[in-house]
Amino acid sequence: MKDRLFKAALLLAACLIILLTAGIVYGLVSQSVDAFTHFGIWHFITSADWDSRNERYGALPFITGTVVTAVLALLFCIPFSFSVSLFNGEYFRNRKPAVFVGSVVDLLAGVPSIVFGLWGFYTLRPVLVGLGVSEQGFGVLLASMVLAVMIIPYASSLSAEFIGMVPNELKEGAYSLGATRLEVIQRVSLPVAGSGIFASYVLAFGRALGETMAVTMLIGNTNHIPRSLSDTGNTMASIIANQFGEAGGLKLSSLMAIGLLLFLITASINFVAKYIMKVVSR
Amino acid sequence: MENSINTDYILELKEVSVAYSPGKNAVDKVSAGICPHTVTAIMGPSGCGKSTLLRAINRLHELYQDITTTGEILLKGQNVFKMNPMKVRRLAGMVFQRPNPFPTMSIYGNVLAGYKLNNIRLSRSEKDAIVEQSLRSVNLWEEVKDSLNQKGTFLSGGQQQRLCIARTLALKPELLLMDEPTSALDPISTARIEELILELKEQYTTIIVTHNMSQAARISDNSMFMYLGELVEFGTTKQMFTKPVNKRTEDYLTGAFG
Amino acid sequence: MKKTFFSGPRYRLAKSRLFFYAVCAFSFVSLIPLFLILGELVQKGYKQFNIDLFTRVAPSSMEAMLARISDDPLPGGILNGLTGTLLILTIAILLAIPSGIATGIYLAEKQDKPLARFVRSLSDLLQGIPSIVIGVIVYIWVVKPMSGYSALAGSVALAIMMLPMVIRSTEESLKMLPLSLKEAGLSLGGSYSRVMMRILLPSAFSGLFTGSLLAVSRVMGETAPLLVTALGASTVNWDLSHPVSAVSLLIWEFYNDPNLAGLIWSSSLLLLLLVLGINLFAKSIAQKWKIQ
Repeated sequence: MKDRLFKAALLLAACLIILLTAGIVYGLVSQSVDAFTHFGIWHFITSADWDSRNERYGALPFITGTVVTAVLALLFCIPFSFSVSLFNGEYFRNRKPAVFVGSVVDLLAGVPSIVFGLWGFYTLRPVLVGLGVSEQGFGVLLASMVLAVMIIPYASSLSAEFIGMVPNELKEGAYSLGATRLEVIQRVSLPVAGSGIFASYVLAFGRALGETMAVTMLIGNTNHIPRSLSDTGNTMASIIANQFGEAGGLKLSSLMAIGLLLFLITASINFVAKYIMKVVSR
Repeated sequence: MENSINTDYILELKEVSVAYSPGKNAVDKVSAGICPHTVTAIMGPSGCGKSTLLRAINRLHELYQDITTTGEILLKGQNVFKMNPMKVRRLAGMVFQRPNPFPTMSIYGNVLAGYKLNNIRLSRSEKDAIVEQSLRSVNLWEEVKDSLNQKGTFLSGGQQQRLCIARTLALKPELLLMDEPTSALDPISTARIEELILELKEQYTTIIVTHNMSQAARISDNSMFMYLGELVEFGTTKQMFTKPVNKRTEDYLTGAFG
Repeated sequence: MKKTFFSGPRYRLAKSRLFFYAVCAFSFVSLIPLFLILGELVQKGYKQFNIDLFTRVAPSSMEAMLARISDDPLPGGILNGLTGTLLILTIAILLAIPSGIATGIYLAEKQDKPLARFVRSLSDLLQGIPSIVIGVIVYIWVVKPMSGYSALAGSVALAIMMLPMVIRSTEESLKMLPLSLKEAGLSLGGSYSRVMMRILLPSAFSGLFTGSLLAVSRVMGETAPLLVTALGASTVNWDLSHPVSAVSLLIWEFYNDPNLAGLIWSSSLLLLLLVLGINLFAKSIAQKWKIQ
């Protein structure tokens, strides 16, 4: 009797997750219907207008801004996260240096987004201004540099695990054929761990897509498609954070629609990453 | 209710079959009777269904989907499948391959875990008495009486296993089911457990799964030999080791396979 | 077969060496940002890191401006933010941890049942949702119906973010326990719920506790979802149905108001120390309580 109650409670909790997800999806869809019917879904996605006075809204500048900053961030991040994952998963696996590097990088993941924003604003931005990148320093480049630092932990800790899982026998086999350490990494470890590493980069990319606060503080918040890396712009997350408070009516619905699009993009990116990992770990 | 209950047997198996997937019996129509105050060894090559049979007795298979048990198992004349599974498991205590004291509980708490899990409230003196008696009966009392509040996981493997036996004995079961209790232990600890099993015969009935033939020869009164899920031979250990009836038993015991 | 310099062992070993040094160099550089950030916050924030920070509410822009003109240190602290963070987090914990643990148990028990797999992938999905999206959803479902920003809305948003982490750590730490532990409990005649509550959950406690603490530290510094749910307040507020401030929200305010910029550093330093402190504490617990 008590057991049945207990099991019912567990089931209820699990169903709560379903309800919650359904509520999120339903909420996003129902709120964005207005914008989609008014502008047409395709037109909303491909229009570069964001004009509050004439009530004309399109998501293209923000989709572009999001994708560009995230791709750039991933590119900046890869040399560092790749090195960290080799350092922790291959060269110093389970030894003190790896534990140290691993915990510091993990701590980096704990730093709040807004603190990264401050760091970008007060430390990195003057550097860019000094280098003459742009007058104010704000823009896609600054945002992606900070994003790159923010996603290092996500990209490196998982891929270190995948590199660490490469069976020793395989590596020993290669060593006994006279390969150098680099050759073992190139020919044995990376081919074996490759898809896992790829999946962790995809996950990190997903993180970069959804980052809000730091990007909002650094990208410059202009509603047009960035013309160059030093140009200002807005991402899907930053436009919502910036304009949500003052929005109503069609504008609110448009922001919700952007939220829905962002949700769909990050969800599919995460799905791809999880799928790859599932295949790999089998 | 049947009239012809054989009161000589403490445990009676009637055509017991266990299937992990439909149509494939891991244990196939095993029938046998176990007399009280005996040690019965179940032998056989790995995968022959000996552990599966043992786990059917205290209905552990019910934890998993897709495992079906058929036939009748009578514990003191009562069909276990008609009893409350919690009661069955209390009456047929189980000792596992690897010692598994509960990691969050002290030695003291481990011995009393059964009472805690059955929500039986005891006074302090009752508790002390049960703990001392149970630990004494597994010859562990002298070794741990000064560290009863330490975690059970700090003991050596052999001590841990004796603690697990004490934990089972504390509930005063009718039957002790042991699933290769010494396979994870060193020879000295193994010898102590074997001694213990013989001592416990005065009060308890034991069924022990083992794939160590000499262990079976040392401690058991009766032996079952199982092969591919079937009970090939069941008789006194002495007879089975000297003149086995079945050819397959003989081959196994003489090391022709296994 | 022709042997060239490039296939010779000396060249290959040198290349291997060089690669190793490059890996070390890049790894080392990856560590710098954390220390740079910490260093900057300490250097700029230690002057304002005083008792006022904990005992006084944030000053208004006017007060701050007057202080700036007369070259005084900025008056006030972040008391309203600290109490707000405490309130929001407490309610978020109460919302997320029980249901998260229950769901985690369900997933650990049902492993491959279709419903469990479905719930598990939904939990993964929830984990990936950007925080600002969670914020606007809570705005729709909680702020709008309650016709106002509130501490409760902020808690709901943070709870949704914590939930997947709690579920995951519960499931993982339960799955790490040997199966025989559960069987032994049941073999002693315990009922399923008793074995779970008395033996399995306590045995998995360290993993569970660490996971929940990490979840708390992860959402503690969140700003975006709170902007659209809890909004912020200039006074200390314990009423769940009213807007409330938070440390991160105050930092955002200070950032946007040049008069208050002087308070950014001490409050960020405090937030960072809290977050990293909880983080390190959680990990040390995981180390210490590891079950042999």
